[in-house]
Amino acid sequence: MKTHPVIAVASGKGGTGKTTIAVNLALALSVNGRAVQYLDCDVEEPNGAIFLKPDFDSRMPVYAGVPQVDPQACTGCGKCGALCQYGAIVSVGGNVLTFEQLCHSCGGCMRICPAGAITEKQLEIGLIEQGRAGEIACVQGLLKIGSVRTPTVIEQTRAKMNPEAIKILDAPPGTSCPVIAAVRDTDFVLLVTEPTPFGLHDLKLAVGMVRQLGLPFGVVVNRADSGDDRVEVYCGREGIDILLRLPDDRRIARAYSDGRMILNVLPEYQSRFDQLAEGIGL
Amino acid sequence: MKICVTSQGDTLDAMVDPRFGRAPYFLLVDTDTMAFEAMVNTAVQAPGGVGIAAAKQVMDAGVGAVLTGNCGPNAFRTLAAGGARVYTGVSGSVRQAVEAFRSGGMTPDSQASADSHSGMDQQA
Repeated sequence: MKTHPVIAVASGKGGTGKTTIAVNLALALSVNGRAVQYLDCDVEEPNGAIFLKPDFDSRMPVYAGVPQVDPQACTGCGKCGALCQYGAIVSVGGNVLTFEQLCHSCGGCMRICPAGAITEKQLEIGLIEQGRAGEIACVQGLLKIGSVRTPTVIEQTRAKMNPEAIKILDAPPGTSCPVIAAVRDTDFVLLVTEPTPFGLHDLKLAVGMVRQLGLPFGVVVNRADSGDDRVEVYCGREGIDILLRLPDDRRIARAYSDGRMILNVLPEYQSRFDQLAEGIGL
Repeated sequence: MKICVTSQGDTLDAMVDPRFGRAPYFLLVDTDTMAFEAMVNTAVQAPGGVGIAAAKQVMDAGVGAVLTGNCGPNAFRTLAAGGARVYTGVSGSVRQAVEAFRSGGMTPDSQASADSHSGMDQQA
């Protein structure tokens, strides 16, 4: 493992404890004197800041290029609308309409317009905040409400990665485009699951995703002593390492509900997160 | 005038489909002669941008009015830009809808009657 790798914390199913694992792993590493940067890439609903409580001292808007049509120059030929796969630009009755929120910034309409009537303008689609929580550097991406450009905001959040720190990257749930944007080109993916039929079902999808991306990965089972043993059986059969089993401890649930981190309330868990870091190769 | 009625089937006796973008058929009816053509809504299976694509299809067919149950904001904006009047709250058979339109008792909408994606989880 590199000295300063990128560790993505992902899951198929939502609500398994990605953020709990991500923020506590970041804190455990920081307590051990490692330089750590936490990046919240769950930009549709970032919540790591509830636990880390960083002071954000820098705010930067995220922009995406969308088409702007000059109605004087437009001939109404309709080539732009025929090309667009998202219905973001349409020529109807000699008028060209744009639907900026649907645009994916491919730039095709601008290139295909024979009249040169389409230029690019910048649309604000999100916000990136940066600051510190003690020794932990924090970056948070936030998608603007109404925007569908989740991967773009994630990519811009990732652009803030510090080469001199271990990066803990909190990914969105699921296995679709935003998750791919978050986990691609990372050095290791932690898949957080729970011992339930839903947890197992979505874990299988997530394992399929990281295998296709060719990324090294391991599993964390949260609330490990609840539910059933099918996640354990599956991981054993597939040869997947379970790097941490976090028990169904009511004190953890209480700390979570108070917006506090496990390691601040229950320092006896430090050794478990140390073992997790060791299992990843940190 | 040539008008479009969103329809669950391909005849004048089919029921009006309450959704614009997700309607399976657009019946293009000549209000003077009642001659009609059933056009399949080619946008209906797309994951998004359906209202816009459906409105584009209807406008390219050269209609002056659209009769439907509900119409979302993107479709409404596209239809309005093409110069079509939009009449919502229409129900019953396509034939009944066209006859009501011909009697002059309908008032066109000035804005969308439903939110974006309202037709996605409704079945006709």
